[in-house]
Amino acid sequence: MTNETLSVDRQEIAVDIACVGFGPATAGFLTTLSQTLMNSDGSPAIESRVMPGAPLQVVCYERADDVGFAVSGVVTRARAIRTTFPALNLQDIPLATAVSREELVYLLDPIGASRRPWYMRFADKTIRALRRILPYEKEALRLPYIPPFLRKDDGLLLSLGQFHQWVASQLLASGLVQIWPGTPVAEPLIEGDSVKGVRLADQGVTKDGTPTESFMPGMDILADLVVVGDGPVGPVGRKLEEKFGGSKPSHLNEWAVGMKMVVDLPENCTLPEGTVIHTFGFPEPEIFGFLYVYRDRVASLGIFVPSWFQNPVRSAYRYLQHWMLHPYLWQHLEGGTLRSWGAKSLKESGKLGEPELIGNGFARIGEGSGSTNVLTGSGVDEAWLTGALLAQAVIQLAKNGQTFSKENLEKTYLKLRRGSWLETEATIAQHARNGFHWGFFSGLLGMSLAGFTHGMLHFPRRKKNHRMPSLEEFFKNRIAPEEIAQIRKECYAKGKSLHDALMTKAGWPEIPFDNKLLVSHQDALLLGGKVQAPDSYADHVLFLYPELCDACGVKLCAEMCSGQAITPNPNGGRPNFDREKCVHCGACLWNCTQAQPTDPDKTAVEFRAGAGGLHSAEN
Amino acid sequence: MSEGYHIVVCAGIVPDPLQTLQPVQTPTGWGLKNEMMLPAVLDPWAAHALYEAAHLAKKTPGSKVYLVSLAPKAKLQQVMMTVAQKAAFELVPVDGPASGFTEAFEVASALYEAIMGIAGLDRNKLLLFGGWESASRGAGSTLQILGEMLQIHDQFQGVDECTVNPDGSLQILERVEGGNHQVSVCKGPPVVLGWATGNLPEPPNNPQIGMSNMRTIMPALQKAKTAKIGADGVFFGSVELPKQLRQTRVVKDAQVDEIAREILEWIRK
Repeated sequence: MTNETLSVDRQEIAVDIACVGFGPATAGFLTTLSQTLMNSDGSPAIESRVMPGAPLQVVCYERADDVGFAVSGVVTRARAIRTTFPALNLQDIPLATAVSREELVYLLDPIGASRRPWYMRFADKTIRALRRILPYEKEALRLPYIPPFLRKDDGLLLSLGQFHQWVASQLLASGLVQIWPGTPVAEPLIEGDSVKGVRLADQGVTKDGTPTESFMPGMDILADLVVVGDGPVGPVGRKLEEKFGGSKPSHLNEWAVGMKMVVDLPENCTLPEGTVIHTFGFPEPEIFGFLYVYRDRVASLGIFVPSWFQNPVRSAYRYLQHWMLHPYLWQHLEGGTLRSWGAKSLKESGKLGEPELIGNGFARIGEGSGSTNVLTGSGVDEAWLTGALLAQAVIQLAKNGQTFSKENLEKTYLKLRRGSWLETEATIAQHARNGFHWGFFSGLLGMSLAGFTHGMLHFPRRKKNHRMPSLEEFFKNRIAPEEIAQIRKECYAKGKSLHDALMTKAGWPEIPFDNKLLVSHQDALLLGGKVQAPDSYADHVLFLYPELCDACGVKLCAEMCSGQAITPNPNGGRPNFDREKCVHCGACLWNCTQAQPTDPDKTAVEFRAGAGGLHSAEN
Repeated sequence: MSEGYHIVVCAGIVPDPLQTLQPVQTPTGWGLKNEMMLPAVLDPWAAHALYEAAHLAKKTPGSKVYLVSLAPKAKLQQVMMTVAQKAAFELVPVDGPASGFTEAFEVASALYEAIMGIAGLDRNKLLLFGGWESASRGAGSTLQILGEMLQIHDQFQGVDECTVNPDGSLQILERVEGGNHQVSVCKGPPVVLGWATGNLPEPPNNPQIGMSNMRTIMPALQKAKTAKIGADGVFFGSVELPKQLRQTRVVKDAQVDEIAREILEWIRK
């Protein structure tokens, strides 16, 4: 049952500014704003409209159960963060470490199962043959040169969860803003061409949204300005895109799932703290990896599985394990222990995916506003900057007694953003990934072209989205169609996704679980992610068209599901969804291969507001 | 009871129970590895006590709920952003360690000081609530000691239900062995109730209650007094986590008997 169909009395409260989502962008916004809200004599520098005499009333609603349950292993130049905190002391932030050395490493295929084009197989053979004169070590080639646009010489390594906790503790201690975790926001309140506030998600409902006797309708939060920082799959941001326009349909080709672990490295590990290793080439050419060494022998590591990896059973978890087991990485990881695990969707379209950034009563910041830079491999600092710039604009408007109209936000926030380094670098990067739509080599070439020519040269975009190949096409010459049919039949009868069986059949070795670092996917959820889902909310993943699910031959939503929360339904129709395993990565939203009959630009999965998810503050 | 109760809920904070905990020696004694990195929650048993207190206060006009918490101020503030949405209360914070590697008498003394400092607290209306046990490394004896300090001799532990009779007396269900309850009746306040899980579900998050609570929580935190709490004179012979062996298997719709049989087999191995 939707909000619209319920006839209920909703409570209302009025604030000056309501923020949606506590990510790095909102953290930047609230920090910058709170530094200016009070005068040194204790009087409000900016007076509240809804509570005259008091400072601006600013609230932030976050879906996750804690302000620190974010996911990202961050290497960043931290230009914007350092501007906000000029006296930043890394010792104050758990796990924060200065970058000391960087490696860019090409990983050869030590197994022979990787789906490599001929030129990569040739490259592997050549590198092995010349290993005595090349910087070769354990099936890997350390590149002697790292392009300047990728380097993070003066950068920082952060755990986003720990950074969030650190920022939030200062914000809360100031008493000037309120951050409410465990409070999902369902939708924006739109009147005409203006946003008037947000509506919180209903509580006391069954999984399908039917009110129970403890029904508590989501409250309406009326606000002069709604700051939308709910990330790339947030329901408020997507609703605003529907209403006010946004990124083009090509956004379906501009995603990735980032899956990561935080690991206690073994005592014999010799990697110095501050080490940054970026990898490419394995386990599949399309998959990139990272390993960052924090202080105290803790590492953050993971892979990115992009939407242009045209594998109908692409799955991040199994590939992550094969990546860790690569000899070049395993030499450092063997004997390590899993501390934390998580996954998230990354909106990699950057400026090309930029939605309408402002409107009457709203402004968008952070990753959902297209701030991620895929050329420099950076997003957190960029997101922070968008929030800081919006705060500057808000302060200016509020001090002048001006409203948060589209016109006023255009003259302030938009002007600041367009004049910032964020915009300059986003423009350079906007076409950097086009080459990957044509292939791996052209992708690397395209990145280099865009990077070295400051965006003047780049590959053209493909006009139409790739069609996902069928299983039979993808595994041609490796697994016979009859075997695929048998595996599909057996797995679907058990409600299992196919990737494990198919990868094993295609030559990937079984993972040798050690119950410390190499653990089952479910143990990663329980030990690393500690995933939780409160009852009383409706399910947040909906399969809108069971007939399309029935006809779907690949069920990529289940294959790519980061937490195995979505599984094929043995009885056909809609897949099963178990929200107690959902990490809210949102991969189902863009991995669904079925278009809505009424809107081909949308997939047949709806991803709504929901509570819970990861319970780890170290990611 | 028309005049209402003064319900004082003692509740510490603990690392979110889902986190991986590892005891380590620190310069100041035993602690948890990366303790300040771990997200915290209100001690789960004490949280149930709070829900029961809020429920009782709602049914008994004129009642007031105080939440007395000894914890590092910054962590407590973070926890309050979740707890404050659940029930209306007045926070009485005491800034100090919540590691659990502390001495129960010292903790009880700090809580006693804080409770005695609550303006207008009426002993004749006092219900002292807390957790029957603790998810911290505490000895589980703090509430009893505190009760004795407050000279409250009607003490009940493992409470699952407290009902107010028409004559104002309290009927209390305490857990006893065999899954049964012992039923007791006492004439009324002052009384100590160490709650087990109770019967109430966790209340939904109510932003209006949260914002209302926050008006008093923030000033209270800013004025929180620091308590010197440690483990002086206490010797920890050894500290270790329970051994755990984990095996995960995902099965849908298994029957309860089948699950029980399999667990038994697994334990016997």
